[in-house]
Amino acid sequence: MTAVAERRPRTFSTSARLRGWLRNPWGKPRLLVIITWAYILWSIVPVLIAVQFSFNATRSRTIWDSFSTRWYWGDPVDSVWHDPTLRHALVQTFKLAGADVLIAVPIGVLLALGLARWRGRGSGTSNFIMLFPLVTPEIVMGVALLLIFTEVFTFVHTGTLAQILGHITFSISFVVVIVRGRLFSIGRQYEEAAADLGATPFVALTRVLLPLLTPAIVASAAVVFAISADDFVISQWLSKGGETDTVPIRIYSATRAAPLPSVNAIATIMMVSTLIIVTLGFLAWRLFTSGEQKTGTAAEDFGTAFRL
Amino acid sequence: MYPRWLWRGLALPGIAWLIVLFVVPFYAVLGVAFGTVDPILLQPVPIWNPLEWNVGWLQEVLNRLAPGGIWFDVGTRTIVYVALSLALCLLIGYPVAYYTARHAGRWKGLILILIILPLWISYMMRMLAWVNLLQADGYINRFLLFTHVLSQPRDWLGGSSSTVIFALVYGYIPYLILPLFASLDRIDRSHLEAARDLGASPFSAFRTVTLPLSKTGILGGAVLITLPMFGDYYTPNIVSMSPKTSMIGNQIDLYFHGGPQPTIGAALTVVLAVFLTILMLYYIWSIHRAQRDVGTVGAL
Repeated sequence: MTAVAERRPRTFSTSARLRGWLRNPWGKPRLLVIITWAYILWSIVPVLIAVQFSFNATRSRTIWDSFSTRWYWGDPVDSVWHDPTLRHALVQTFKLAGADVLIAVPIGVLLALGLARWRGRGSGTSNFIMLFPLVTPEIVMGVALLLIFTEVFTFVHTGTLAQILGHITFSISFVVVIVRGRLFSIGRQYEEAAADLGATPFVALTRVLLPLLTPAIVASAAVVFAISADDFVISQWLSKGGETDTVPIRIYSATRAAPLPSVNAIATIMMVSTLIIVTLGFLAWRLFTSGEQKTGTAAEDFGTAFRL
Repeated sequence: MYPRWLWRGLALPGIAWLIVLFVVPFYAVLGVAFGTVDPILLQPVPIWNPLEWNVGWLQEVLNRLAPGGIWFDVGTRTIVYVALSLALCLLIGYPVAYYTARHAGRWKGLILILIILPLWISYMMRMLAWVNLLQADGYINRFLLFTHVLSQPRDWLGGSSSTVIFALVYGYIPYLILPLFASLDRIDRSHLEAARDLGASPFSAFRTVTLPLSKTGILGGAVLITLPMFGDYYTPNIVSMSPKTSMIGNQIDLYFHGGPQPTIGAALTVVLAVFLTILMLYYIWSIHRAQRDVGTVGAL
């Protein structure tokens, strides 16, 4: 009975809890709960405040007045809709991201197929080269691309074409990594079954393998859109100014000057667009892979597939 | 069943693209860095033949980076900023990843989405958010004045090292947490149970089982955020804009976008790239190994 007598009544006072956490922070994860949620709040709330101020009725980004859509379209001079520099930045960002998706995804899918199956001379080197764009600091890549377009391929010039070529260059590897992961998890049995049933190699490739790759293709398209729309360094190094400045470049130069809430507004538009596209990518991934054996929840699979 | 040339043929466009727009451009950087400068136009004159390379600019850059040189402070500052930011990222990121992987239970999916969310919010948007908060009359100063921590507004954005480090941590930590989570999530719980059954305390089980098994995630994530931090110039520019907080990346940016001497910028880029090569090779090698060992989506 001594054990029962010694057991102190469970108190819920703050000091007792605090002592409990301090004594054994790893055993019971309460301290971890606090750190985790504090981190999540810290990482997201500032962005939400920035979104809030995009709807401010006054010119201030620090003192809240009242709700207004002035900085989106109401203001006849400085709103995103009426200020040509902001409007052009939005158009340019979507133009680069769209071209990037259209070109980098097909090239990347073919490269992933090739690298996953090609055995022989050159395949090792190709695998090695393919991984480099993922780890090269962007400033190094920016310098390299700027110099190639100003010193060697001078017919390209800086501007939209150079930016598109640059974006595709850093996007291809992301597509390869995502698609190749999917290829490994599919295995070869489906194509072999198709071949046994009399399919030609072309049919096996286009009617069996390609549909199985669809989730990875959709996911990589969403990722390419997101990284292209988010890209600052390559866009800036290859921009010729003016209409070729993208939204991240506008945000960057505006924060260094005296920005208006319209900068928050254009950043909000970009953020919402990217999140919608990534969410669609996620839903498509879940739709296409439903019924397959999962290694984790759909969110986890998607999350880990998306980040290297 | 497939013709032998097929896979090589499919890989060809991608390989050709990466050679023309990734490998060749690096050679262009070398050509400019080891080239000469037109004395009148001050334009770089690249030298393509390695046998005729002029090492003068590289020596100049190395002299500037050496102790006593004009870039010595910038170089050491870059290393200190990156090291401190990395340490803070690990200090905050590890418990978050650990909790999400181990203890989040039914909240796991939601927490994971919230942790991934910042990766899909533009870096510039997240920096803009903090620039707004850190203004002289921003929420941070107002809160600190209200709670009497400060007696007058502090100039956070006027060239303070702590603001730059804070911004680097805020910017890069999501990229660290995900690989950390992936490596912690992959640890088989039976290892831990075995450790506990054999009498290990929770702490020593963590130290002898969890920590070593999450080493690949720690190293991989650390390299993944260290590389871009070393090349960062926009973060210090946004939150400080003072030469007192400038990093190596700012010098490169300055020589291309501000100064008349791309040759020195190119030589500095070569030095930076060589310095970072070891980290890059380590990361590529670890991806390679992960693909070989598991070969699934989860491994990536």
